[in-house]
This record gives sequence, structure tokens and C-alpha cells, in this order.
Amino acid sequence: MSTEGGATGYIVHHLTPLSVGEGFWTLHLDTLFFSAFLGGLFILFFKTVAERATSGVPGLAQNIAETLVEFVDTQVKDSFHGRSPLIAPLSLTIFCWVFMWNAMDMLPVDLLPMIGSLMGMEYMRVVPSTDLNGTFALSISVFFLIFFYSIKVKGLLGFAKEMTCTPFGPKMMPFNLLLKTVEELAKPISLGLRLFGNLYAGELVFILIALLPPVVQPLLGFPWAVFHILVITLQAFIFMVLTIVYLSLAHEDH
Amino acid sequence: MSINATLIGQMITFTLLVWFTMKYVWPPIIAALEERKTKISEGLAAAEKGQEEIKLAEKKAKGLLKEAKEQSAEIVSAAQKRANQLVEESKDQAKKEGERLLEAAKAQIEQEMLQAKESLRKEVSSLALRAAEQILKEEIDKAKHQDILSKAADQLG
Repeated sequence: MSTEGGATGYIVHHLTPLSVGEGFWTLHLDTLFFSAFLGGLFILFFKTVAERATSGVPGLAQNIAETLVEFVDTQVKDSFHGRSPLIAPLSLTIFCWVFMWNAMDMLPVDLLPMIGSLMGMEYMRVVPSTDLNGTFALSISVFFLIFFYSIKVKGLLGFAKEMTCTPFGPKMMPFNLLLKTVEELAKPISLGLRLFGNLYAGELVFILIALLPPVVQPLLGFPWAVFHILVITLQAFIFMVLTIVYLSLAHEDH
Repeated sequence: MSINATLIGQMITFTLLVWFTMKYVWPPIIAALEERKTKISEGLAAAEKGQEEIKLAEKKAKGLLKEAKEQSAEIVSAAQKRANQLVEESKDQAKKEGERLLEAAKAQIEQEMLQAKESLRKEVSSLALRAAEQILKEEIDKAKHQDILSKAADQLG
């Protein structure tokens, strides 16, 4: 536990990313590394399963992968009625990746930063979803996809018409445009902020618990960790479902 | 809490992950799932078909059994009939044979009786003749009374 600056210093230290660069061109190495590492695990697991996938009796790994795939597939089929080769794999990637990001929250708050400091890294923030860059990278990508599919399905004219003529008809064109722009922009912002807010708050509470006397820590840490199992799964699920819903809306032609 | 180039890096990672999942992960797993689904449904259909076949075979076997029973009953009754017939026939035959034997015996008895009568008659006639001869030895000339003798002998016969 770093004692410089007392409790505030400890918290700030834990929430400061390991970064290089200046201004906009700053890179949060910890976020980049952990998300890529977890993405690698995700790919490794699913690639292995996909290569060995048999229609016979599945093994444990295949069972897990199939459960996830079928779960995501059901969600996609429930809300999205078109055919798209992208949406289901996209949803699977989002769900698993975000879940793994969030699951980093379950590691002891000091474990990885301590190892990092032994290796000479001054700062380390291990949960990528406590970095706005991480959550917004996902939500802005989804926003681009919404934009892309809206234009692809409705055509440029159809999309322009929807942006300007709804919900109040062509006479209120500027107002409609303003309203629709806010509506569209609210999607990625709410998507990114929701995940960030939940996980940031969760991590903060873990850090605060870590500041308590060691005897009290398990009493609060254990219930909070159990509760967090729900939170991390739920947030990953919400992110995925909202992505599916937004993309279905983009596919719908009024 | 600042938005910076990390965002771009994350987006690149995300795009790569989605692309990889779309290309190499999703299709084989879904294909395996679909294949298993068809396999299972095929297996279920085959099981159902097998069960139906069993039912059909049972029905057929029942029919065959019934037919066999009927046939055996028929055979038994025919055999009984035949046996009765045979018994009747043999009874008839025996009766006939008995009658024939009786008839033959009767005929033989008749014949023997006739023979006995004949031989008796011959003996009696010869006895009579001899007695007459003895009686008449002295008085009757054999040659003289030949006519009467042979007449008597004829009458005796």
C-alpha cells in the first residue's frame, strides 16, 4: 500500500493510468495491454474450440463456448429480425470482452499494481472498463455501425429523411434534426458512460475497502465482491443487448 | 479522465477482435451446433421410425400367429375327422371280413356236409348192398337180379 499522501494519495494512485505521450496523443498502456491481453485470451479460447468443434459429444470447453454462442444467438434472434453476418459475432465479442474487462475488477486491487511496481511501473489500472477510452472505444464503434447500417438499409436519402422529418413532420425540420442528432449521440454516450460509471464506482469501492483495517476488509469486501459478480455480468449483458437493439433499430425502415 | 489516443488503439483492437470472431470463431461453432441439431432430429426421427416398425412387426407377428393357430386347429380337426373315418372304415372292413369269413366257413361247412352226406350215402348204400348181398347170397343170383340191385342203389343215393 502506497502511503504517500495518505488515503487520497492511495486512491488517486490507483486510478491513475500508466501512460506515455502528451495531450491527445497520450496512450494508456495499462488499458491497451490488459484489453489486448484479455482479447487474446478470448480469441485463443474460442479459436481452439472453433477448430475442434464437432457435432458429436462436446467437451467442457466446447460446452462453455456453445452455451455462450447459443445465449448470444438467442438474444440476437429475439430482437433482430434481419439477416446479418456481423451482428451475432459482434455481440459475442462485446459480451465476452466486456465481461473479461469487468472481471479484472475481481482481482485484489493491489495485486497487479504491486507486481507492476516491482517491475518498475509506477501506475497501473487493471480494469479497462474503468477507462473512458475503453468504454467509448466500444460505444463509438457501435455508433459507427449504427450510422453505417442506417445508410446502408435506408439509403442516404432515407436516412436524411428520417433525421429531418421525424418525429414532427417536415415543417419542423431544424427542430427534428436537432432532436434526432441528440438522440443518436445519446446512444454511444449513454452506452459508454453506463459501463464506465458502474465499473469505476465498483473499483472505487474496492479501493476504499482496501483502505479499511484488515479485520473489517473481508466483512465488506466479500459481500461487495459477490454483488459485483452480478454487476460485471449484468453490465456486459446490457452493453451487448443495447448494441443489438440499436443495430436492429438501424435496420428498421419506417 | 481524459479522452485520448488510447481510444483509437482500443477501437483498432476491438475491430480486429470482431473481425476475427466473425471470420474464424462464429461460423464453425454455429455450423457444429446446426449439425448436431440435424443429427439429433435425424436420430429422433429414426427412433420413431424404428418404433413404428416394431409395432408393424408385432402386428404382423400377431397376424401370423393367429393364422398358424387357425391352421393348426384346422389340421387337428381334419386329422380327427380322418381318424374317425379310418376307424369307421376299419370297422366296416372288419365287419365285412368277418361276414366273408363266416360266409366262407358256412360254405365250407355246407360242402363238407355234402361230402359227408355223399360218403355216408355211399357207405350206407354199400353197407346195404353188402347186407343185402349177405342176406341174398344164397337165394339171389347176382347176375339175375342185377337190375333190381342197381335200382335200389340208385334210390339210396
